[in-house]
Amino acid sequence: MSDMLLQVKAVETYYGNIRALGGVDVEVNKGEIVCMIGANGAGKSTLMMTICGSPQARTGSVTFDGQDITHMPTHEIARLRIAQSPEGRRIFPRMTVYENLQMGASLDNLKYFNEDVEKIFTLFPRLKERQAQRGGTLSGGEQQMLSIGRALMARPKLLLLDEPSLGLAPLIVKQIFAAIKVLNKEQGLTVFLVEQNAFAALKLSDRGYVMVNGKVTMSGSGKELLANPEVRAAYLEGGHH
Amino acid sequence: MANTTSTPVSADSNLTARALREGFYAGLISLGLFVLFVGLKTDQNILNELILVQRWGLLAIFVAVAAVGRFAMVAYIRPFMERQKVTNLVTGLLPDSVATRFFKLPVFIAAAVIGLGLMIFGGTISASISPTAGAYLSLIRGAAVVYTLASVFFYFRAYIVANFSMLAIIALILYPPVILALTGVQGSLKWVDNFGVQILIYVMLAWGLNIVVGLAGLLDLGYVAFYAVGAYSYALLSSYFGLSFWILLPLAGILAAFWGMILGFPVLRLKGDYLAIVTLAFGEIIRLVLINWTEVTKGTFGVSGIPKATLFGIKFDASKDGFAALMGLPMSSAYYKIFLFYLILALALLTAFVSIRLRRMPIGRAWEALREDEIACRSLGINTVTTKLTAFSIGAMFGGFAGSFFAVRQGFVSPESFVFLESAIILAIVVLGGMGSLVGIAVAAAVMIGGTELLREMSLLKQIFGEDFTPELYRMLLFGIAMIVVMVWKPRGFVGSREPTAFLRERKSVSGSFTKEGHG
Ligand SMILES: Nc1ncnc2c1ncn2[C@@H]1O[C@H](COP(=O)(O)OP(=O)(O)OP(=O)(O)O)[C@@H](O)[C@H]1O
Ligand SMILES: [Mg+2]
Repeated sequence: MSDMLLQVKAVETYYGNIRALGGVDVEVNKGEIVCMIGANGAGKSTLMMTICGSPQARTGSVTFDGQDITHMPTHEIARLRIAQSPEGRRIFPRMTVYENLQMGASLDNLKYFNEDVEKIFTLFPRLKERQAQRGGTLSGGEQQMLSIGRALMARPKLLLLDEPSLGLAPLIVKQIFAAIKVLNKEQGLTVFLVEQNAFAALKLSDRGYVMVNGKVTMSGSGKELLANPEVRAAYLEGGHH
Repeated sequence: MANTTSTPVSADSNLTARALREGFYAGLISLGLFVLFVGLKTDQNILNELILVQRWGLLAIFVAVAAVGRFAMVAYIRPFMERQKVTNLVTGLLPDSVATRFFKLPVFIAAAVIGLGLMIFGGTISASISPTAGAYLSLIRGAAVVYTLASVFFYFRAYIVANFSMLAIIALILYPPVILALTGVQGSLKWVDNFGVQILIYVMLAWGLNIVVGLAGLLDLGYVAFYAVGAYSYALLSSYFGLSFWILLPLAGILAAFWGMILGFPVLRLKGDYLAIVTLAFGEIIRLVLINWTEVTKGTFGVSGIPKATLFGIKFDASKDGFAALMGLPMSSAYYKIFLFYLILALALLTAFVSIRLRRMPIGRAWEALREDEIACRSLGINTVTTKLTAFSIGAMFGGFAGSFFAVRQGFVSPESFVFLESAIILAIVVLGGMGSLVGIAVAAAVMIGGTELLREMSLLKQIFGEDFTPELYRMLLFGIAMIVVMVWKPRGFVGSREPTAFLRERKSVSGSFTKEGHG
């Protein structure tokens, strides 16, 4: 399982003169679920977006499947089958659920569309019920399902999820995390997710990283991090148990 | 209105008092608003001196309209609307809707008879009466015709709404022969050219702009530039190189599309208001180039004597092998106008057809996705650069087609036809129609452009307001009022809901009920 899919090496990302990432190293192997936890403003979303090339890393490199993607435009990175469910979901509000899924599949020119849509609908039966509804009128949880579903329609090699549990009821979080687990187990999908909900994320993941102020301060297996007293103090105590 | 039920008598007098008061205030406000705009007018006298003309009569009419309108609104219309919402105690039904009360069969028959009668005998009658009475007569005729058509529309509304596009196309195809039969060859000129062709040009332009603004969501305030590029391409290439309309029509489209690209490149990173400002500037640049590049464009004088279009090589002129002579018809410019009508109809339908097809193709879906969320688009692998450029250039291409048609219709182009106001009107039509909806836009164009043309026809208004009242000058007022009314009543335009382009084949009936969207 040391088959590396994504390697982020000494990446520094700036917004103007403000350094948001200060030399980040992250590795994701094929078939793994890896998570990144950290406080607000730590730079987790920035890392996600840097992997996708907007903004691009100023120094360091991002390698995907042996290919340097540091300076590729975003849409070409997406065509390498890195799919993202970005922060804030970013579904198309005036398009129907069905059309949103269609947009996700545009890479393959809808070759596998019917087949894949059925898979998404079995994964998230809610979306099937709501397929003719406008994306913008879905509930928050449904929008999150749609955002993940749309990313999956691209048949990704790597799925990037930015806070899939944001603003969702515990039950829905459970459902979505269960769905991620199923995808990982059954289809060998590689997942890199960013989470505030550290407990659920670490439990789900094979490995995890902790980010503080744009730097990775800790890493280890999900179990190790869950047991680590520092992590417990900063991200778990007072939260879920 | 809560107290109206308890004490009806005092409530009634209360209401009248309030209506009087509000009417008075409305009058006062409009007096304040209009006293300088309408009451006084600067003019030049014979000695070229600036003088103030006083128009107190006209001002009085404006104020009276505002006051009486407000009074009627408060005293009658609003209570009436409230009553419409109350069910009858005995039957438990809501009262008949206004429309069912308004459109009654006997009235319909009467209106049809009056309208038809006046259309046939109107000419002979008005010859023997005073012009004022004649103007009123034509007003009655117009009202009867409108009422008749509206009734027909009302009775068959379900069918008409369901098959609107097909019926509209059939009606448009039949329009010239019907007008020809009703008004004769010379009389048809006005209806085919001023109404038919004029409206269709704007329909086409608005449909073209709709690709950029409605589908791709790129606010373009300089669309008229592409119209100008198309018009001048035809005007210049035909007069310098003698190329025919049928070669230059596609060429004008291609040139406009090329300019669309040129505009597209610098504005790729811009959105919303910034994009709007740059496109506005672009429109002005093109116009200024047309004015100042006098060696080629002849500047403000414009290019005249642009050759007419031909139909398979047949010319529309008085020559021996011209259209009229070949068909054995008396020579008249009406046939050329009718030919132009069908030409612009075909071009407009081509625009509609292409937009509908493109919307269902990956590029069209990418446009719509771009309008919704550019960042999401990129992360789905859509190249936003090419997507924007194609939107600009395809939109511009249709503007170019329309432009070369404009040139061939006028036989004369000058920079004056391509001012910012034109862009604004086209954009207003797109917004009024409901961005993205072809039917809504066509209706908006018909109402707005037809309305402004009708204003020109309203000689009656001259009879009322006096000879120096020029109704055409109020067309922007019409636009403004229409914008306000539509935006209050339907904030998303005539046809505000977006039609999905894809469905699952086994579509459930329940899911349809979720697609309704509220106002706002
Ligand atoms: N577009 C931007 N321009 C300037 N600064 C930015 C921009 N986006 C993010 N930042 C800054 O970069 C830092 C990291 O932001 P980021 O969104 O990556 O945090 P995060 O870890 O995802 O936080 P959260 O958990 O709240 O989502 C923050 O200090 C933020 O203010
Ligand atoms: Mg974030």
